[in-house]
Amino acid sequence: MDDPKKLAEFQEKIDADIKIEPRDWMPEKYRQNLIRQISQHAHSEIIGMQPEKNWLTRAPSIRAKKILMAKIQDEAGHGLYLYCAAETLGVSREQVLNLLHEGKAKYSSVFNYPAITWADMGAIGWLVDGAAIVNQVSLQGTSYGPYSRAMVKICMEESFHQRQGYEVVVSLAKGTPEQKQMAQDALNRWWWPSVMMFGPHDAESAHSNQSLKWKIKRESNDELRQRFIDKTIHQGEILGLTFPDPDLKWNESTGHYDYGKIDWDEFWNVVKGNGPGNKQRLNHNIAAHEDGQWVREAAIAYADKINSKTKTA
Amino acid sequence: MNHNLFNYCLQLGDTSLILSHRIAEYCSKAPHLEEDLAITNVGLDLLGQAESFLKYAAEIKNDGTNEDDLAYRRKEKDFKSIHLSEIPNFDFAFIITRQFLIDAYNSLLFSKLSESNDETISGIAKKSIKEIRYHLQRSKEWIIRLGQGTNESNKRIQNAIDELWMYTNELFYDSESEIELSKEGTATLSSALEKEWRNITSRTILEAGLSVPENIHYSLQYGKDGIHTEHLGYLLAEMQHLPLLYPDAKW
Ligand SMILES: [Fe+2]
Ligand SMILES: [Fe+2]
Repeated sequence: MDDPKKLAEFQEKIDADIKIEPRDWMPEKYRQNLIRQISQHAHSEIIGMQPEKNWLTRAPSIRAKKILMAKIQDEAGHGLYLYCAAETLGVSREQVLNLLHEGKAKYSSVFNYPAITWADMGAIGWLVDGAAIVNQVSLQGTSYGPYSRAMVKICMEESFHQRQGYEVVVSLAKGTPEQKQMAQDALNRWWWPSVMMFGPHDAESAHSNQSLKWKIKRESNDELRQRFIDKTIHQGEILGLTFPDPDLKWNESTGHYDYGKIDWDEFWNVVKGNGPGNKQRLNHNIAAHEDGQWVREAAIAYADKINSKTKTA
Repeated sequence: MNHNLFNYCLQLGDTSLILSHRIAEYCSKAPHLEEDLAITNVGLDLLGQAESFLKYAAEIKNDGTNEDDLAYRRKEKDFKSIHLSEIPNFDFAFIITRQFLIDAYNSLLFSKLSESNDETISGIAKKSIKEIRYHLQRSKEWIIRLGQGTNESNKRIQNAIDELWMYTNELFYDSESEIELSKEGTATLSSALEKEWRNITSRTILEAGLSVPENIHYSLQYGKDGIHTEHLGYLLAEMQHLPLLYPDAKW
């Protein structure tokens, strides 16, 4: 058990909005909770490269290809910052990747859906990055220093992604009837998975209370979800697109949009591994890791050679 | 229209376009994240270079064609990419060797082209040469690292060098447009780069503890003339998919 005095001091720091740094004392549960959340976040960035990579080689213009390539590269960079942030808590990248490959770590379920048309590149940027920003802006205020600083860096890039994705949707919505249909179809497929990105409703969220008390999370799943919905509806409507939710309505008295029932059976099914792409995403990542084994070994062997040379010299 | 200049810009642009496409195919498959980031930087630079040359080619053509028409609506036989750029990503050793051989070539070519009497070409070359020097530094380091790493990496990188060497002859093959344009000081003859290229590449290959292939049978057909490897057709089928499927659409 953690020392109650230390625990009280820790909570005082949290309450005073003083960031916790790697060398500071922290409850073991706080550390474990953070490791879980940060590595899960890192995996999401990395697995999230795959649906977009699926259209990189079919991007329809040089400009679109440059933007998409740079975007996917940003996501790799986000993964890297986050793995580094997790390392400050005493877990190596190798360790957390192994957990991912063994199917023991989660990542955002939204990336288990397939990207089947070019319009999905628009919808992913607009909705998935759009939802991610809402979450990550909130996490800039997280109590753990390295995680908070990673979020500040990442958020600047995410807002570009969201704008660029929306720009793709705009150009399709204003394009030929077939293109407009493509955009509508992508919105139909990506809307609910994006809404689900915020996780279960507050009443059902397993980790929420403690996370809020320790300020690992700053706002609840439902608060964040509502913010995402409120900021997104107008962006779709001005393009003449419709959202696949008949219950979506502006509510004058709450000042928010009301929305329909979320299909939690689908959500849990995908979380448990039964989404359309779970196996494919994981297998891709495992195969790349295994293909790279000999390269990583060579790099280590070479570095060792150089080190022993400089030592004897 | 200046046909030679048009063709020469295609030749320069296409090789970068196709190589950057191969790098795009490799996205999310690198041995580790740092390498994913680094190789994507190279891909983005090459795509930028391709864009500049194809834009200039479109300008020379001067009939409303733009760089995307040239990239996405051109037939395979009209591409002038060199064969080496078309080789698929068999494994990391092939990817690095392909890059190294082309980087070494580009570093020489583009430093010459920065003195071209055509201002657009020299402008693109001056901007690109800084990027290319960095690419070469990186691919060189990988050749040495893999050559001196483990037995397996040594074997793999030597194999890739041996397999790809047959395509290096094309680097020094003077295309018709090069011959004409070099008379005016606009282009540079590829054959003039051979000696220095052999110096640069041999030095690194030997430093890596590898050997430079000898008695190689070189390829007899060249991408610069519009005759390509069997690989290019598949690459273009994928790359040009959307513009061909939706000819009236703008993206
Ligand atoms: Fe990201
Ligand atoms: Fe993003």
